[in-house]
Amino acid sequence: MLAHDLRMMRQEKEILLMTHIVLGYPNFDDCLRVIEGMVEAGVDLMELQIPFSEPIADGPVILRANQSSLAAGATVDQCLEFAESVTRRFDIPFLFMSYYNILFKYGVEAFSQKMSQIGMAGAIVPDLPPEEAGAYLAAMARYGLAPIFIYSPNTPETRMRMIADSADGFIYCVARKGVTGAGTEFSTDLEAYLARCRAATDLPLALGFGVKDKDDVDFLRGRVDIAVIGTQTIRVVEQQGVGAVGEFISRLR
Amino acid sequence: MDDRGNARGYYGEFGGSFIPEILVATFDELTAAFSEAKADPEFWARYAELMSTYSCRPTPLTFCERLTKHFGGAQIYVKREDLNHTGAHKANNVMGQGLLVQRMGKTRVIAETGAGQHGVATATMAAKFGFDCTIYMGEIDVERQRPNVFWMERLGATVVAVTDGTRILKDAINEAFRDWVTSMDDTHYVLGTACGPHPFPEMVSYFQSIIGSEARDQIRAQTGALPKRIYACVGGGSNAMGIFSAFLDDSEVELIGVEAGGRGLETGEHASRLACGDASVGVAQGYKTYFLQTDDGQMRETHSVAAGLDYVGVSPILANLRDEGRVRFESATDREVIDALALTLKMEGLVPALESTHAFVQAFKEAPNLSPDDVIIINQSGRGDKDIFTVADAFEDPKWREFIKRKAEEYDAGA
Repeated sequence: MLAHDLRMMRQEKEILLMTHIVLGYPNFDDCLRVIEGMVEAGVDLMELQIPFSEPIADGPVILRANQSSLAAGATVDQCLEFAESVTRRFDIPFLFMSYYNILFKYGVEAFSQKMSQIGMAGAIVPDLPPEEAGAYLAAMARYGLAPIFIYSPNTPETRMRMIADSADGFIYCVARKGVTGAGTEFSTDLEAYLARCRAATDLPLALGFGVKDKDDVDFLRGRVDIAVIGTQTIRVVEQQGVGAVGEFISRLR
Repeated sequence: MDDRGNARGYYGEFGGSFIPEILVATFDELTAAFSEAKADPEFWARYAELMSTYSCRPTPLTFCERLTKHFGGAQIYVKREDLNHTGAHKANNVMGQGLLVQRMGKTRVIAETGAGQHGVATATMAAKFGFDCTIYMGEIDVERQRPNVFWMERLGATVVAVTDGTRILKDAINEAFRDWVTSMDDTHYVLGTACGPHPFPEMVSYFQSIIGSEARDQIRAQTGALPKRIYACVGGGSNAMGIFSAFLDDSEVELIGVEAGGRGLETGEHASRLACGDASVGVAQGYKTYFLQTDDGQMRETHSVAAGLDYVGVSPILANLRDEGRVRFESATDREVIDALALTLKMEGLVPALESTHAFVQAFKEAPNLSPDDVIIINQSGRGDKDIFTVADAFEDPKWREFIKRKAEEYDAGA
């Protein structure tokens, strides 16, 4: 379903924008205002990160946002309630991003059922490779949700095809080694990698890690379907306030 | 023991490999290199040779005559991992992984450290093999283990104080992973304990198994029989896996893991994952095991007087051995540890690390109830010199305090 929706959206726009926020950071009210600003400015889909105490794939900016949210008392139930209010109000696809322990402790089946009830489109779980994802894949399929999986520049082609067999919605291509929030060189190397990704799957492709401005988005136009702006939007909120988000997004495309 | 896990590193329902895609190729490479090394008889021979010429293997098995008399029960033997170079069993794992790094042709090593023993061991190995070295250490541990930080830096390592999260061992592990996802082309992550994603639990246990194979031969040579019970402290679980592994098939040998009881299990301020019901199964830091965590799945703060036991998770191999009933788990409080250390110092002249002393506590509780014909082994995983500041505070030693004050005044006057 998500893959279909994204393909329809792509007929209107050359490249889609996906943004990322950490739920409860700096607080839930500001999260709502940030989402409002982003949707008004034309963001096409969003990742809502449920904070986790051990976010090993995230760099310092998102790591601290996770800690700050948890320190302020954010719970998984609060995140689910908030997500429900958001999916009712805004007509774009929303995904959860979190680490596997959050789903595992909630119960993978119960979590998938809940996601479906509250109108989520899918989930990104960066520490859950397809080999460990049997129960998760079955539950996500049962509730018509998209399990998003990840490609990285060192993923061999055979593995890319195996991952594509498990994935739905789109494939999240990590632009480079490292964690979220560091710089990426938008170069011919990246172009070759994206061509390998494109050859391995028919699913829409998203590219994230280091996408920060219009030049980066322009580079990605025609090469992927979705540009992911993660850490940079959190930086904009931190440095310029909630009100600056809309303008930042509008200038990207 | 290394064939007890399956190909994806599962021990019962525990273990596995929950890693970001960017690290999958690196883990595949490591798993292949480790399998090849294990299959190569020369590799273990080279390892044993290195440990006997650079460290002090085989380490002795010491009979504790006065402690045995004092408790009036079982004969107490101590396996002396404190006599390894750098003062702890950590050297076994680190030198083994160092040989693997050479095989893989990498030039830089990174490691996490809690007590600092694994950091010092890794920095030492890096100096010997000529590798660049970065050690991640929680800010709180940097404070309480300054002497080890001093040595790591003198050995040429860069020590990074981790200021995120709870600022202890688990946060150092997260930070080491963050380094590795960028640097894996030339860097190996020398994980210090039998935890983390496959193949680390198996690989670390493999190198540490040298403890148990020696101890088994030694106790039979010295007493003519196998021991009744073996005690080992359990943080991540590597020294326990090391000594237990040679006895897993000897059903008459009872194996006891001793965790950090901190300020008492009832206070919640402890690091006991398997000895009490506070922990639950979860997935973090790349593997599935019992974690001290909230109902939401957030890791909790842990406490122990011994930095090396102050950890939220535990070896998946030990979690499975506990559930199978093969290993019994107990806990020792900070207070009991200080008392047992005082006794061991005065009666045997041994200086166990605060971590290792946890095993002594439980052995001392049980020894009087055993027969004089029974033999027990305590694994003294490391030596306690590094803990001098913590121990001096716990003993409230007035002369030490005066010495430190005078030293500080000297530095102030010189500044």
